[in-house]
Amino acid sequence: MVQTLDEDQRIIEFDVRTDEMLVNMGPQHPSTHGVLRLVLRTDGEIVSELEPHIGYLHRCAEKIGENLTARQWIPYTDRMDYLAAMNMNLGWSLAVEKLLRYQVSEKARHLRVLIVELNRIASHLVGMGAYGLDLGTFSPFLYAFREREKILDLYEEVCGARLTYSYITVGGMTADLPPGWLQRCEAFLDQFEPIIQEYHTLLTTNAIFVKRTATIGVLSPEMAIDYGCTGPVLRGSGVDIDLRRDGESIYTAMYDGYAFEVAVMKNGHYPRDHEYPAVPKDAVLGDCWHRFFVRMLEVVQSMDLVRQSIDRYSQCKGALGEPLKLAEKLPAGDTYLETECPKGQMGFYLVTDGTPIPWRVRARSSSFSNLAVSPELCRGCLIADVPAVVGSLDVVMGEIDR
Amino acid sequence: MAEFLIETIGLPTWFAWTAIAGLSAFLILNVIAGGALVFIWAERKIAARIQDRLGPTRTGGRFGWLQSLADGIKLLAKEDLMPDGADALLFRLAPYVSFCASFCAFIALPFAFDTVGQRLNVGVFFVVAVLGLEVFGVILAGYASASKWSLFGAMREAAQVVSYEVPLGMCVVVPVMLAGSMDLVTIGEKQAGWAMNWFIFHDPFTFIIFWVYCTCAIASVNRAPFDLAEAESELVAGFHTEYSGLRWSFFFMAEYGSMFLVSALAAILFLGGWNGPVPVSELLGFSDGVAANAPFALRFIGCMNLFLKATAGVLLMMWIRWTLPRLRIDQVMTTCLKYCTPIAAAMFLGVMLWQLFLPGGLVPGSFRAAAGVREGWLEQSYRKESAEDESLSLKNLSRHISEVSR
Repeated sequence: MVQTLDEDQRIIEFDVRTDEMLVNMGPQHPSTHGVLRLVLRTDGEIVSELEPHIGYLHRCAEKIGENLTARQWIPYTDRMDYLAAMNMNLGWSLAVEKLLRYQVSEKARHLRVLIVELNRIASHLVGMGAYGLDLGTFSPFLYAFREREKILDLYEEVCGARLTYSYITVGGMTADLPPGWLQRCEAFLDQFEPIIQEYHTLLTTNAIFVKRTATIGVLSPEMAIDYGCTGPVLRGSGVDIDLRRDGESIYTAMYDGYAFEVAVMKNGHYPRDHEYPAVPKDAVLGDCWHRFFVRMLEVVQSMDLVRQSIDRYSQCKGALGEPLKLAEKLPAGDTYLETECPKGQMGFYLVTDGTPIPWRVRARSSSFSNLAVSPELCRGCLIADVPAVVGSLDVVMGEIDR
Repeated sequence: MAEFLIETIGLPTWFAWTAIAGLSAFLILNVIAGGALVFIWAERKIAARIQDRLGPTRTGGRFGWLQSLADGIKLLAKEDLMPDGADALLFRLAPYVSFCASFCAFIALPFAFDTVGQRLNVGVFFVVAVLGLEVFGVILAGYASASKWSLFGAMREAAQVVSYEVPLGMCVVVPVMLAGSMDLVTIGEKQAGWAMNWFIFHDPFTFIIFWVYCTCAIASVNRAPFDLAEAESELVAGFHTEYSGLRWSFFFMAEYGSMFLVSALAAILFLGGWNGPVPVSELLGFSDGVAANAPFALRFIGCMNLFLKATAGVLLMMWIRWTLPRLRIDQVMTTCLKYCTPIAAAMFLGVMLWQLFLPGGLVPGSFRAAAGVREGWLEQSYRKESAEDESLSLKNLSRHISEVSR
């Protein structure tokens, strides 16, 4: 017998209940940083569940790596984190060098620090500008790109490319710096340094910006470690890990003699080696504001490192050294190395069987782990917070999908 | 001019009046729409300057001044898309509702002391009420688009605009109270004379409430940082996600029309309207105290004054838009309910008490000498107005327009 509405009270309640709505955010959405697709289950403006769907940018990079020699695969690493391609090149090169027990010349070492830290600045500038875009302000994005453009100009002089460099390679670099480049680089740093204050005014200390980011998407240190978050996301939660200081010896040896302090909050304050705005009262350790701020501090830190490396590189005597042969034979074995990239710890794993072509190549992406935490952070937030949270993780789809 | 048609050419009365009304409507519509095109161009150039870019440079020779027109032609030529699941009638209707609401309000907006489409004794009320109708177009668009993003945008807009009507209404009531009239022409004329006569400088409370009005006005026309209905980074394009071509541009025109409208309203209510900061004409003795005898130049200067002030307001909105991040929906509501409304209410009370205890200001009669002439003027013209047909002011406008065209 069919129950009428009068008989069963529950049916009325069920009838009155508002439905949850399933909303597709992406893969063609202005604020999903490329081709990320987020499926939101929303109740009005409140997001009860978020699920990231990935794979729209998959290009089988790892499989291709099993068909090419180590040096031939360098251009494919460019296309992983295309905003910090130098860091990708370095990660793979160092992993292969670790397998070969090869050490680059002193000059190449300092040049690598110089190039890689410059790219970290460029990457964080994009992250910062795009984050402003996610929160609805357009101008900081263009200010950031204006400065990044100058870094790209410098890179263009070095290797002819502006995005996919393939400059750092196994055994050294493809070329030395052109004459006068160091002066131009220093001129850029001098010009760039005061501009950082502008970014702080427009974003970091802006009242609306703080309102939108403070206490949003709070990531506890435990959860960050559980999910394998790395890089600024992990340091934004107050975990003091930076592979440039804590990594494997072949990587930390590169930064030997360089003075830098890891940008992480300790005992309630950030390292005070530079002028920077005070932490707003509302901000909680691990929220979007702190993740953003750690990146801003790392820009200053990288500028310092670039200046130091310019000094050291120009004092270095001797040759830069030639990179290894294109088809250098790799000894049988396996190796894994993680480096500190702008987005987090990027690891490369390769298994070799004595031929120049690796038997297995695997990349461990930091953006992948960082994105994995987004469902936790977005539970119960508003729709407007979804871009704020995902933007603060600063993911690059090229690296997630590989 | 209608009389000219009736008496000299011998047209029937109803036809003459309809023709003149049509002409006036045509002029208002096109002046404002043309203004919107200029503002769109200005926004692009200003945004570009703020962001270290050049903006449009080629179209129309220098400065890309024809860019908006070129865009308009492009939009005309674009395919008119409609989603499969859309409610066809409402989907087509929505842009016109927004557009009409925004442009209708200009009927009662005076550009100078007697240059007004239709002088209404409840002008303020009319403008605010009609402007509030714009939200219907947005809700219709969001509902009829059959897109979830559009629906989100529409719901946000509904919540936001309805909430901000409350503090906006309170801010608007303050000048009404000071002028003792809801007639926009009277409110403007009461502020004649030196800049100190402007209502924003009337007392500290009006000064504060002016800024509350600015906040509420930006929120009620959906400009950044309150542009939640079309929040690009969250809702793709909000309520107009599914619109293309000319329908989309109608929303755009409505937005710029409303921007200009709330700025002009701010100018009339608080910034002296068509009166300059210095009463040049009174000082030089150009005005003899009879509105009908006022030289054409005075009307023209009055219009220019108002346009300048309103444009300054629009530019301020653009500046804010390209500087600030967007607020979240709950923060927008908090701003309205916890800040704007109580402040507006307190200032309203303050102005009331000020009027009660210090009606002449702290220094009585200090800057109000020059206003005396104009007040007599106003009385005279108002008596004349009320005695004759209501549509007389329409005649004034058409006369003014015919003088312009000559």
